[in-house]
Amino acid sequence: MAELSLKNQVEKKASAINLRRKPRWGETIIQSLLFFSGFFSIFVTIGIVYELGKEALLFFQMPEVNFLESLTTAKWQPHTGNFGIWPLVNSTLMTTVIAMLIAIPLGMAVAVYLSEYANPRVRNILKPILEVLAGIPTIVYGYFALTFMTPLLREIFGRDVVQIYNTASAGLVMGILILPLITSMTEDALSAVPRSLREAAYGMGATKLEVALQIVVPAALSGIAAAIIIGISRAIGETMIVAVAAGAGPNFTFNPFIGAETITGHIVRISGGDLSYDSIDYNSIFALGLLLFFITLALNIISQAIVRRFREVYE
Amino acid sequence: MKEKAVVQGFANNLDARNRRGVLWHVLFQASTVVGIVALIALMLNIINSAFGYVAYEARVDPDTLAVDGTPIQDQSKDQLVALIHSTLSSGAYNKLDNEKPFADRSLEEVYQLVVERIVRPKVVEVWNLWPSLTQADAIRATVARDHPDAELDFVSWLTTDFVTRPQTSEPLTAGVRTAILGSLWTILFTILLAFPIGVGAAIYLEEYASDNWLNRIIQTNINNLAGVPSIIYGILGLAIFVRALEPLTSGKIFGLVNLTSENGRTVLSAGLTLGLLVLPIIIINAQEAIRAVPRSLRNASFGVGATKWQTVWSHVLPTAMPGILTGTILAISRAIGETAPLVVVGASTAISFDPNSPFSKFTTLPIQIYQWTSRPQDEFRSLAAASILVLLVLLLSLNASAVLLRNRFSRRF
Repeated sequence: MAELSLKNQVEKKASAINLRRKPRWGETIIQSLLFFSGFFSIFVTIGIVYELGKEALLFFQMPEVNFLESLTTAKWQPHTGNFGIWPLVNSTLMTTVIAMLIAIPLGMAVAVYLSEYANPRVRNILKPILEVLAGIPTIVYGYFALTFMTPLLREIFGRDVVQIYNTASAGLVMGILILPLITSMTEDALSAVPRSLREAAYGMGATKLEVALQIVVPAALSGIAAAIIIGISRAIGETMIVAVAAGAGPNFTFNPFIGAETITGHIVRISGGDLSYDSIDYNSIFALGLLLFFITLALNIISQAIVRRFREVYE
Repeated sequence: MKEKAVVQGFANNLDARNRRGVLWHVLFQASTVVGIVALIALMLNIINSAFGYVAYEARVDPDTLAVDGTPIQDQSKDQLVALIHSTLSSGAYNKLDNEKPFADRSLEEVYQLVVERIVRPKVVEVWNLWPSLTQADAIRATVARDHPDAELDFVSWLTTDFVTRPQTSEPLTAGVRTAILGSLWTILFTILLAFPIGVGAAIYLEEYASDNWLNRIIQTNINNLAGVPSIIYGILGLAIFVRALEPLTSGKIFGLVNLTSENGRTVLSAGLTLGLLVLPIIIINAQEAIRAVPRSLRNASFGVGATKWQTVWSHVLPTAMPGILTGTILAISRAIGETAPLVVVGASTAISFDPNSPFSKFTTLPIQIYQWTSRPQDEFRSLAAASILVLLVLLLSLNASAVLLRNRFSRRF
């Protein structure tokens, strides 16, 4: 009993000086505003999936469109009711492959050079140049493809072989566009490899090349793989170069010197005119957009997973 | 004995290994050179198209406009105004007078107007800079043979007039003022949307968020959004801002129904679309800037009794601001160069009046470049090259200011 009253007394004293947190409404409001800002990006994603999904569903419900036929036929002619996706996918893959054939070897070579060979002075000059390349708007590359690369290709391979609009020219210039991206990501991965690994290899009598290619590159492989995948994702989503240089009109061909429209190029051409709502063209760009969104999302997730799974962690 | 053999073997193929090393070194260097050559080719190609000879013919022979034997070059301002008044329709004349009263225009401006509206020079052939410099005589001979009436001038397509003139369909008098103003208006709304939300999100994620599943999803989601192709944002903007929010983006609910914008394809829609596009970039950059603020600064603030928000507002944000602004400027320069989403959102193909409200139709610099590039005639290619130079100068000065900001104000701890 006495014990209890003592406890009461103590509690009474404590309540005289209130040590509990005062509710601060201002802080709470600000915090919820900040939370809303953070959550806003979720709305954007939901908006993309919902809007694209809704209109794409409408597209596949149209009487002219058959989901299975879209996936199995190779003719995309909205005006005759043909919606085979393959001509668009095929030319997207072709420009991407051509771009990566340029960007992967060149980008990695430049990255190895910058990280392993170049002295600091050269690196301080070269890295800003690469950043300039990365900052040039893609429409400028499109202009470059049409007014420089295409005439060059026509000069080399002959005017009868190379059409004015062709996937080769778009792909090559896209390679130049992606080069700085792959270089800077690869270079980051290479520089993260600790010095001690290199010193150990030198101590064993390895040459500079052997250190670079057999020690440093394998150690940074996860970062390099991520860079390549991000590059591919960027190439698939790249729009203005193909819209300007790759040609208008879907075309199922494996000839890189013939004009063929990619997914992104098609979206731009279709929406360039005044598009009326709920027309089949309007809905088709949402279906194509959804396809594009899922391809690039999958690639981005794979690249993040690779970095997380296979990263070698050094102290 | 065995050791010696190993050393011997080492020495035996050392030459080959070193040779391979040199070979690859050259290869790596060559790749770097290829990259630089590509950049140089890009720049030279643009400069090559932006200057050169132009042959043009007058649609109306200036000699027929002479009054009492005085050619139009020597006429007084009043004579020229009278000429404009008598030649153009009264509607066109009044419109010009409304834009800027003739009384206020200088003789030079009026003369320019006569050339643009009455003489109307027409381009017959264009040469790039390189042939203009190396084969000037051949060009003169060609023009004299093929177009005896044409005049040949060496022009720079990029002039101060080019930057200040509105867009027209005539290559010789076209300018990019409309497009530059369109870009600026668009960027204004991009900043208004993306900067507060972006910085707010970064503060939330760095200062407030605990490590639970929801916040991890938010972070992953932001990283993924940064990798979504820009054209997807264009489609999203078309569905949400142009279509679903049409009453807002076309200005209808504000009672601002004017004839120029009866739909949602306005500056406001374009700016908000680009805002969504750069939002993840701004968040990621701002997060890095906030993360660089040392813990001790926050603890000192808490120690003297500041609340969380007081700490963030008075200590974390001011310290992180140079980094946040640098990241924002870089994001803005990305938005200024974007073309694809704006084509999808519905940039106008040919407008000659300047945007003057959030609900104006618009065109932007990259859109203008895209349209001129898509035209088959060489003179439009030259216009595109000149506008590319304008765009690159704009972006370069933005990036330079970002670098200056970083070097001038950033503090290291």
